[in-house]
Amino acid sequence: MSTAAAGHHDHDDHDHGPAKGWTRWLYTTNHKDIGTLYLLFALVMFFIGGGMALIIRAELFQPGLQLVDPLFFNSMTTMHALVMIFGVVMPAFVGLANWMIPMMIGGPDMALPRLNNWSFWIMPFAFLLLLSTLFMEGGGPAGGWTLYAPLSLQGGNSFAFVIFSIHFMGISSVMGSINIVATIFNMRAPGMSLMQMPLFVWTWLITAYLLIAVIPVLAGAVTMLLTDRFFGTSFFNAAGGGDPVMYQHIFWFFGHPEVYILILPAFGIISSIIPTFARKPLFGYASMVYATASIAFLSFIVWAHHMFTVGMPLAGEMFFMFATMMISVPTGVKVFNWIATMWRGSMTFETPMLFAIGFLVMFTIGGLSGLMLAITPADIQYHDTYFVVAHFHYVLVPGAIYSIMAATYYWMPKWTGNMYDEKWGKIHFWVSTVFLNVLFFPMHFVGLAGMPRRIPDYNLQFADWNAVATIGAFGFGFSQLIFVWVIYKCIKGGEKATDEVWEGADGLEWTVPSPAPYHTFEKPPAQYS
Amino acid sequence: MKTGPHMLLAGKLTMLSLAMFAFGYVVMPPLYNIICDITGLNGRTNSAAVAAPDGTVISDRTITVEFVSVINSSAAWSFKPVVQTMEVVPGKTYTTNYIAKNLSSGPAVGQAVPSVAPSSAAKYFNKIECFCFTKQEFAGRAEKEMPLIFFVEPDLPRSIDTITLSYTYFNTGEEPENLSDS
Repeated sequence: MSTAAAGHHDHDDHDHGPAKGWTRWLYTTNHKDIGTLYLLFALVMFFIGGGMALIIRAELFQPGLQLVDPLFFNSMTTMHALVMIFGVVMPAFVGLANWMIPMMIGGPDMALPRLNNWSFWIMPFAFLLLLSTLFMEGGGPAGGWTLYAPLSLQGGNSFAFVIFSIHFMGISSVMGSINIVATIFNMRAPGMSLMQMPLFVWTWLITAYLLIAVIPVLAGAVTMLLTDRFFGTSFFNAAGGGDPVMYQHIFWFFGHPEVYILILPAFGIISSIIPTFARKPLFGYASMVYATASIAFLSFIVWAHHMFTVGMPLAGEMFFMFATMMISVPTGVKVFNWIATMWRGSMTFETPMLFAIGFLVMFTIGGLSGLMLAITPADIQYHDTYFVVAHFHYVLVPGAIYSIMAATYYWMPKWTGNMYDEKWGKIHFWVSTVFLNVLFFPMHFVGLAGMPRRIPDYNLQFADWNAVATIGAFGFGFSQLIFVWVIYKCIKGGEKATDEVWEGADGLEWTVPSPAPYHTFEKPPAQYS
Repeated sequence: MKTGPHMLLAGKLTMLSLAMFAFGYVVMPPLYNIICDITGLNGRTNSAAVAAPDGTVISDRTITVEFVSVINSSAAWSFKPVVQTMEVVPGKTYTTNYIAKNLSSGPAVGQAVPSVAPSSAAKYFNKIECFCFTKQEFAGRAEKEMPLIFFVEPDLPRSIDTITLSYTYFNTGEEPENLSDS
């Protein structure tokens, strides 16, 4: 904070607040400021990615080509995925980690604050690069977010920008993860053992390791695409002795752990919220930790279940099928632990709890369709249909996104010092949940009936359910404006929050004042020493 | 604040991420090729000549070998097998031909890439001589008959009675180096 101290002669050195002016945000090394930046960035990208989804759904409202040309439609499906995964869910989780992990473990800040500033500020530039390709000759990437070779290599030269933006996002994620691991290992309050850490910290520790292990593999895969496209190598070019199927293996070796990167922190958030509003400690803490670790391990040996239709020996198909099904065991442990936590608790249903229970119900629906997709012979029928789209949207929207919204409602009083508007929070939950199911549930039906994904036009028989889904999409999209309104109101004012905020809340973050002062735990908490 | 332990841990984690990058970029492609060559995954057959069979002939069964040709969309060729199917006895050596013609007026270099289906048959299908081992150079509108000598190993699993051999013909985009006949 040397820049801040320079302009603050009238302040006591040990009590300085944030720097003045907009450069505060540019130069900040404070974990709370950076957490806020990440969360606001994710919110902005949520609306950009959501706008792309609405273009997709508007085009699919009726069969036939109405609004956009097919190439643009395909670049919308590609960009929607890249923005939502790398620009919304991952930054939002990193933002929550920045805000909450130091406060949860009683540390003064992140271990590497300057690196933290860097990790964030790479992101806006990465996404500027990515989004700018939409305005370049040849358009944005249109071969799907998986960037399968050789299709992805047949687009315009703007492809280089896509690769570089993925490199930047990757560097940002890896630096953020290194910081989180260092913070968790080195900054815990004296006396706090690993098995005393809140589950959000545990799930993030494991997620950070997953990120460090697989994001570089993605970087390697897209670097091969780059050299194949521009420098004459033949990693994936059959004419030069390469093999396009190898891309799929390398990509999904990254891609499947990535799926758990997008959901493990959500498990941590739900494990924080449900005990608070059930007013009981979390059931089976240790089994939750081991379940998270097992899911992370299994995620490395199931990648080829994305490739059942590519062709594999029978033994390979059986292995990947059973390994995939095995993941439902630790996941089931988690779901039953959450239910057991609620069992005979004195539950109340404030907005964070509503989102957490919505997560529990709808994430399980997505998990069940995932189990159906794991069955090799069935997957050959479901592969690349809307059933897959329904599956991963059920685990990502009411899964990852709902957990982020739940976390926002849960911790926002601690961040701003004000209670959010409970009535509008509940309206936000119910309107979102109704429209979300109107949006995604019919995709199961059209998918089982054979509607392919990533197609701007479709057979007449799918028309009715697509129209329903589009109505749901616009309802869901616009109901997120309620979320923005509630956040805005909460930042501006409202009923003052107490330090504990929630009656049943447990954890170090509730022992600091609301709003959390700029610097917390400069002296470690006494509880554990 | 002490930065020593942080930098040490951060350094180790950075090494881990660099190692994973190297694993993805440097180790995986050759590893993948080795695994495909050993197991015949993905229909991969031998890319260099093998020795002729030892003479063991199992005459109580015949295998249908189907020949398929695919032209890569970017290549101006005609490319066809001389015969569509052959009935072969495992262990015996057979010869057949593919015919390729350069449809463009300029010179071109072509390369065929083979694939065998079902992939579990790939490692039992052996090529003693194949045009796919080398590149072919063509003058404008030139035509070539290209030989293939192969045998199917006698221990081919009984469940397989048809093998499909597919060649995809690519224009390598190179300039011919020694076109003697042009």
